[in-house]
Amino acid sequence: MKLVSVENLSVSYGANTVLRAVDLEIELGEIVTVVGPNGSGKTSLLKAIIGARQPAKGSVKLKPRLKIGYVPQRLNFDSTLPITVERFMRLTGNVDRKLCIPALETAGVPHLLKCQMSELSGGQFQRVLLAGALIKRPEILLLDEATQGLDQPGSAAFYRQIEAVRRDTGCAVLMISHDLHVVMSAADRVICLNGHVCCAGTPAAVASAPEYRELFGAGTGGALALYRHDHDHVHDHNHNHNHNLNTPEAAE
Amino acid sequence: MLDDFMARAALAGIGVAVAAAPLGCFVVWRRMAYFGEATAHAAILGVAMALALDISIFAGALLVALIMAWIATQLSGRGYAMDTVLGVLAHSSLAVGLVVVSFLSGIRIDLMAYLFGDILAVSRFDIAIIWGGALLVIALIAWRWAPLLITTLNEELAYASGLNPNREKLILTLSLGVTVAVAIKVVGALLIVAMLVIPAAASRNLARTPETMVMIAGIIGAISALAGLKAAYIFDTPAGPSIVCVASVFFVTLSVIAAFKKKLV
Repeated sequence: MKLVSVENLSVSYGANTVLRAVDLEIELGEIVTVVGPNGSGKTSLLKAIIGARQPAKGSVKLKPRLKIGYVPQRLNFDSTLPITVERFMRLTGNVDRKLCIPALETAGVPHLLKCQMSELSGGQFQRVLLAGALIKRPEILLLDEATQGLDQPGSAAFYRQIEAVRRDTGCAVLMISHDLHVVMSAADRVICLNGHVCCAGTPAAVASAPEYRELFGAGTGGALALYRHDHDHVHDHNHNHNHNLNTPEAAE
Repeated sequence: MLDDFMARAALAGIGVAVAAAPLGCFVVWRRMAYFGEATAHAAILGVAMALALDISIFAGALLVALIMAWIATQLSGRGYAMDTVLGVLAHSSLAVGLVVVSFLSGIRIDLMAYLFGDILAVSRFDIAIIWGGALLVIALIAWRWAPLLITTLNEELAYASGLNPNREKLILTLSLGVTVAVAIKVVGALLIVAMLVIPAAASRNLARTPETMVMIAGIIGAISALAGLKAAYIFDTPAGPSIVCVASVFFVTLSVIAAFKKKLV
């Protein structure tokens, strides 16, 4: 079942076209990750899907009455807005109090119900945002750079939680990130974006695609090195690549 | 009892506090204080034009305040930082307003009354306008309460929940225009933002939910209005500034207590 189908989508800010001719389909139960450098149009794609940005060209079609669970990057409030975790969770869905605890359990933080949002740590905060999205039993979860501000073990744990959520609820997941190796290891499908779709496919296929290397090869040597440990089958390829970078020729 | 000017002043002050409480909380949460300032200063221009055209001062202030809020929204994100845009709008509209007033020969206008308010001179009709405006603001914000909170937390979250954040922001802009227009007679254009921000900021020290923050802000605002009036009567000080002084004392006291509590924990 197709939940989201994006066809030939272009998004512009004034004369500046940030996204060109993007096609994307998401089926129930799959985890799709969009990676791309800053300014590659990742966020614009997500905004177009939720209707926050009108397409300049093309179309975004959602399954009728699609239940979306949106996990924002952050909330625009500081300590000036007093709000408990429970109040936050019930705000978007206007839902029953009883549903809060199961959603928090799924997100791995059932003990935080009565806490003030402003007193949570970065990791707790992201999990509460996730729980807030899960409480409506969404068919698709949209995550916008959900692990920004978390360290690598924190991000990895968060993505394991996302995989568990998918396993338990069967929802689809679309996430955008520049946190390359962790995100990619959790995905069924990766879309590499840089104003247009550079390449797409399984994590392994994308990681070895020349377009992907061109975007991320030199700048994220560390991330690629870690990625190599997770997936032995691309080991040789990556090794050669990194090796080449060290020669004087490539350094120029 | 409405024959007594003090009773009328008290009713007017409480009316403004009631309107300012929910709106003031959003001003604090959304960091709109300077936006409120620009809208309030523009109201002086509205007053001047209302006097020149001989129309209702409330209508003139409301109209110009709304136009200013609209212009500020349109100009934001077009090259200048928001506070620069608002700084230009706030002070140029205030200056133009003052200049326009100076051309109005023949009419003797006590401009101070509109800059700092003249709460002791409110009529029964003024009270009706103030309470009408206050109830309108409360009704608007109560009606859109959850959508407004979601929009404040995160606009994309609002879109994903099927809301239109621009419509919600329009509600706030409209409420701000109404509040400025009804408060200009009570505390004056220069101190309206004080009535919005100070009770809300003071209330933050006590509240644990958004709803209680609004209620406590209303109570602090109302007490400030009553105590400020009393102080103005006893010490023969200007009423509007006295009300704001009491609110400031609330803010300082509650903040100091909260800071000490935090240290003890």
